[in-house]
Parts: sequence; C-alpha cells; structure tokens
Amino acid sequence: MPEYFNEMYQNGAVRAPYSGIEAWARDMPADLRGMKQSEAEALFRRIGITFAVYGEGGNPDRLIPFDMFPRIFAADEWAKLERGIKQRARALNCFLADVYNRGEMVRAGKIPGHLVYMNDAYEVAVAGFTPPQGVFSHIVGIDLVRTGPDEFFVLEDNCRTPSGVSYMLQNREITMRMFPQLFHDNRVAPVETYPAELKRTMDSVAPKKCEGEPTCVILTPGHFNSAYYEHSFLADMMGIELVEGHDLFVEGDFVWMRTTEGPKKVDVIYRRLDDAFIDPLCFRPDSMLGVPGLMNVYRSGGVTICSAPGAGVADDKAIYTYVPEMVRFYLGEEPILKNVPTWQCAKADECKYVLENLGELVVKEVHGSGGYGMLVGPKSTKEEIAFFRTKIEDNPSNYIAQPTLALSTCPTFVDEGFAPRHVDLRPYCLVGKDVTLVPGGLTRVALTEGSLVVNSSQGGGVKDTWVMAGN
Amino acid sequence: MLSRTADNLYWMARYMERAETNARLLEVAARNALLPDVGGGYRNEWDSILRASGTREAYRARYGDDAVPRNVETHMFFDRENPSSVASCIHAARENARIVRTALTTQVWEAINDAHEEMTQLARMERSRLSTSDMRDFALRHIANMRGAIQATQLRNDGWDFMNIGHYLERADSTARIIDVKYYVLLPDVSMVGSGIDNYQWRTVLHAMNAQRAFAWVYGGEVTARKIVHFLVLNLESPRSLMASMDGIVWHMEHLAQTYGRSTGATSLARKQIAELEALDIEEIFDSGLHKFLQGKLQDVIALNNEITSSYLNGEAR
Repeated sequence: MPEYFNEMYQNGAVRAPYSGIEAWARDMPADLRGMKQSEAEALFRRIGITFAVYGEGGNPDRLIPFDMFPRIFAADEWAKLERGIKQRARALNCFLADVYNRGEMVRAGKIPGHLVYMNDAYEVAVAGFTPPQGVFSHIVGIDLVRTGPDEFFVLEDNCRTPSGVSYMLQNREITMRMFPQLFHDNRVAPVETYPAELKRTMDSVAPKKCEGEPTCVILTPGHFNSAYYEHSFLADMMGIELVEGHDLFVEGDFVWMRTTEGPKKVDVIYRRLDDAFIDPLCFRPDSMLGVPGLMNVYRSGGVTICSAPGAGVADDKAIYTYVPEMVRFYLGEEPILKNVPTWQCAKADECKYVLENLGELVVKEVHGSGGYGMLVGPKSTKEEIAFFRTKIEDNPSNYIAQPTLALSTCPTFVDEGFAPRHVDLRPYCLVGKDVTLVPGGLTRVALTEGSLVVNSSQGGGVKDTWVMAGN
Repeated sequence: MLSRTADNLYWMARYMERAETNARLLEVAARNALLPDVGGGYRNEWDSILRASGTREAYRARYGDDAVPRNVETHMFFDRENPSSVASCIHAARENARIVRTALTTQVWEAINDAHEEMTQLARMERSRLSTSDMRDFALRHIANMRGAIQATQLRNDGWDFMNIGHYLERADSTARIIDVKYYVLLPDVSMVGSGIDNYQWRTVLHAMNAQRAFAWVYGGEVTARKIVHFLVLNLESPRSLMASMDGIVWHMEHLAQTYGRSTGATSLARKQIAELEALDIEEIFDSGLHKFLQGKLQDVIALNNEITSSYLNGEAR
C-alpha cells in the first residue's frame, strides 16, 4: 500500500495553507454541512451548471458533484507550479511551430519523425503556415497530480480545447456565496479575471488583416454538446457571440457571421469543435457542424482559429514523453515540472515490461480521454487485466503505461465529517502575445473512498481551488 | 446580434405566451362547463378549446373523438406529444433560453429554469390532487415571473425588441383564438344569442383574461358581445387586445429600425396591419362575421411572422 501525501496534514500537524480552514471544517455541525451541501446543489441546478456524459442515455442536465472543502496551495507552492506550467505551455507551442515548419527537433533526432508526421492529429493543412504571434495552442490545460510536498507530475497536456474552466469560476462563485466569512478570514487570490485574460489573449492574436477592434467569437457544436454550458458561460463573461457553424459563412477573403443587421466580419474564433468538424471542405465532408471554406481563410490570414487545427499533435500521449525534451531543446531550460515515467507499448522492450507488470501499471489509450479505455492495474480483476493484455498485443502502438501514482489526498466532506480523497488539478494557461495563468484551476476529486479515477465522466466531483495570496 | 440568437429570443417569448394562452383556454372551458345545462344533450365546451387551439386533430388521434375534460386537460397542459401544451411550451421556451443564455440575465434564466423544474415536479403529482385552477395558477404565476424578470432586468437592446415582438405577436394570436372559442361553443338555439347564457359565455372569456374589472371600468355594467369584442380587439388600453398587441409590435419594430438605422419589409407590414385595424369599427367586424375576421387576423399573424423571419431571423439579412 503506497503512502499518500495528505494535502492538509503532515506528521500529525496541519500544513500552513490549511491553517485557516481546518477548524472551520472540524467545527461545522453535521446539520449545517448537510444544509449547505443541498444549498450548493440547488445553486448549481438553478444556475444550470450541467455536464452531460456521453453514453449515459444523454441526460444533458447532469450535475457534477461539488465538494465544499477547498483544495489550497500556499503562495510559494503555486509560484513554482506557475513557472512550470508557463514553461511547458511555451515549449509545447514552440514544438507546434517547429513541426509545422522546419521540423528542427525531428532533424536533431530528439523525437522520432513518424511519431509526429504519422500522428492522427497532425494536420497537413496547417503545414508551412505560421499563425499570428506564432501561437498554435492558445489555451493549454495541463493535468497535474501531486505525490509529495514538492512532487508534482504532469499527467497529460491538453492543447486543443480543454474544458472545465467554467467550473473553476463557478466553484469559486458558489463557495464565496455560501461561506463569505471564510474569504474574509483567508486571503484567497482571485480567479475571476480569467475571461478577461482569455479575451485579451484572443485579441492579441488577431490576424494582420484585421483593422480596429477584433471581433471574437466562440464556435460551439451546439446545445447538445456536453460542454455547452461552458461555451455559453465563457461567451457571456467575455461579451462575445457564441456561434454555431451555420451562423458563419465564408465570402471573399473573410469569415462572416449572420446577424439581424446583415453579415459581420469575424476575426478570431475560439473553436470548441474538434479539428475533423471545422471545415467540411477540408476535413470530414459529412459534418454539418463546421464552416465550409474556413481553412482557406485561415491559411490566407483572414481569421485566427484558437487553438489551431493540428494543435493536437502536441498533446498526444505518445508525444507527451518528449515534452521535457522540448523544454530543453527550444527553451534551453531544465523542465520545472516532471513527467510521469511512461512506457510506450510501441517500443518492443517497453511493451514487454508493460505486459509483465500489468497488475501494477495504469494503461491508457494513446488517443483516449475522459477516463475511458484505461486499465488501473491494482484496482482491476484478473479478467480485466487479461482483456487488456490481448488489446495491447493486438495493437501495441495504441497504448502507453505508467506506474500507479500515489495521488495526494485532500480532505473532502463525507457523511461522517471529512476524510481524505484523491485529487488532481487542471490549471488553464493562456498563450497569446503573453503567457498568463490565473492563480487556481480545476481540482477534481475521486469521491469514492480509495478510488484514483477523478474524471467527471467516471463519477468524480470538483472542488474550489485556492491559491493563498502571500504566505 | 446573431440572427439565430434573435430567433431563439423571439421563440422563447412566443412559447412563454403560448403556455399562458393554453392555461387561459382551459379556464374558459372549465368555467363554461359549470353552466347549467339548459339546452340539454350535447355539450362542447371542451371540444371548443381544442378547435380554437388548433390541436383538435392531434387530440383525436391520441384520445379519440370524445372531448373528455380530464383528457383535454392532459392534452392541453401536460402532454409533451402536443407541441403547444403548457408543458411543451415551457420546455421549448427553456430550450430556446438555454441556447441563448448569453443573451439573458441570470434572473431571466433562473425564472425560466425554475418554471421548467417545477413543471417537472407538477407532472409527477397525482392528477386527482390538481384542479384546473391550480394548473392555470401555476402557469400564470410562472409566466408572470419570467416576463417580470425580462422587463426588470434585460438590457433595452435589440434582443429585448425581439423578445417583445415575439411576445406581442403570440399574444395577438392568442387573443384571437380565445375570442374564437366563443364561435365554437354552440348555443343550444339561435334564439339564445344575446341571452343570459350567451352573456355568461362571453363573461367567461373576460374572466379567463382576468379582465372583468378592467372591462367594467371602461364600459360600465352591462356586458354585451359587442362591448367585449371591442374591448378585446380595438381598445388600445386593453392589454390583451389585438390593437395593443399590434401597437407593441410596431413600437418594438420602430425601436429596432431606429437602432439599426434601417427599416425592413417586416416594419412596413406591421405598420400596414395596424393601420387596417385602426380603420375598423366594431359594427364592420360583426357585419363581416366575427369568426371570419378572427381567422383573417390569425393569417395576418402568420404573414407577419414570415416577414420578421426573413427580415431578421433566418440569417439572410443583407
């Protein structure tokens, strides 16, 4: 049984960042806690913060469980994380700019060419093109776990359209509404500047052809999408239009949106649509979600797409292994954040090791997400392990494996009071003319005792994430 | 604003108003049914509201020929298969609202979302514990809440105009339909026109619109068909009258034209329609036949809707 780092207690004492909250949680009467919990749920339902889960009968109105016990970082802990996250986001963007142009890292033999150029996420349509400011991935979500006081590991990078930022903002909003005194007593750094930062980032990457104030929009697949709430929330907070594919059309050198006053030119699109659906002329011809001709306008500099089509080639689980190398190669710096040791089943010797140790490892699909198609060795039955063995043997390059990490735990409200539950963290780094990061992120928590799977699609919950202002 | 956003706002308001209409129609039927059955034999109060709501065929396909009160209530209030039932309208209004949450204030969204949540609860209640007036009150309370939130908190921008245009257009449609119920309620004998029972039925219409007192203020004690129709069609002071509805549409159309610095085919059609209404007097309406007049007004609503759609809502504006 591994030792888990407890975010609140160390050697029987309360760790500094939690000193202002431990007594609050301990002294809260059970009935008040119950009352507050149902109040919080009512608020979420009322505001309509929902997250539909694919393949569960399509209830678009499912709520993600919210735990009122915040997860807290000290200012200095965060400062280091922030440096590491920004460093990583810059390196990932350097990598994208490189592989769609000269391919120096491949030429230098620092990453195998086939991993890049044969990658499903590599978009030939973008090759040779340099977007404004050289930025391909404008919103980088980096999933982190903690295993010790100074031990943080990056689980994965999300360079396309990481979701969940609306929860970061709403969790804070609701915690503040329910426990104003806590915020009065603790100096918690604010996260509500995120939408303004995102807007600033979008403005900063407007195409050269754009004159005057750029018109920015969010492109959503529509209100049946599981993250629709987030799309509309962000558009709302930024004061920009939330558009669907058929609200846009291409004419001449530009993209236009259909308004009640006639066509209006669009300069920057934050798309929350997968590459394959952006432009039926360029990608999937059967998709009705995108905008025919969009890619032509993009390549001729008439519009900026955030994040760029093809940005996914940097966040693949096979590419992930090379991110520390990217930091060294492009930035000439030592990576501040560590990768989780990863075995690639595509390599025969590593695959052999994985197959011999399936019971101790976590196995993931290279392109999987949302906690689907993964094996958590120590928590699996013999049958599940045997099933994965055949899947890996059939198609080794589709899998990677990692050791089962001793994810830190954060106190979480349970029936009996509070008890440790495993957590991870997704901060959202913005890359435009500047690289910015608001102090906080989305903490996901595995609500089931002992469970290490925090994905909301697997029954995980969320928590407010505090960064203390000053130590 | 995005044409699709305007379209969603417009329909959100139309569905809200339509939910209210259905609740009021139920009230008309329920009160008419309380009349002593002087003529004996066939009663058609419940059938008449099916006809007026334009869903009689759908009802028959599902429940058969008999307009059984409880079935009509289910059809008009709870039935999600009926796209204009109160439940369907609240659901559709909420769906439209969810799509354009960026264009709504929190208070408006919450009012709509609450109505939807409570509608779900209500649909689970034992039907024997619900009276027609409970249902009517439920619908009216929630619709008033949503409309109040809109009036109190929405920015006075183009979105507000589109919501109001939808609201007034549907209201014109609704008032025409509610008056028309009277046409479908057959009096036992033609000699009863103008009789006590006839007047009772007319008063029911006022009652369903919560307008008896307003009517009495304006027209004094005696209740006649002409006065009621005047009140509900031509009187600009009467909040549900066709005239007031058209006035609302024109006001918001002009406001839009001013904001956008251009008027459209929809603007001129609305102006033309209100001018026609202004040129009418009550005798002409009765001479040409009330039912025919009302059917003509329903056609006007459709024509105006189509013009509004192509001028602003379908994305073809240039």
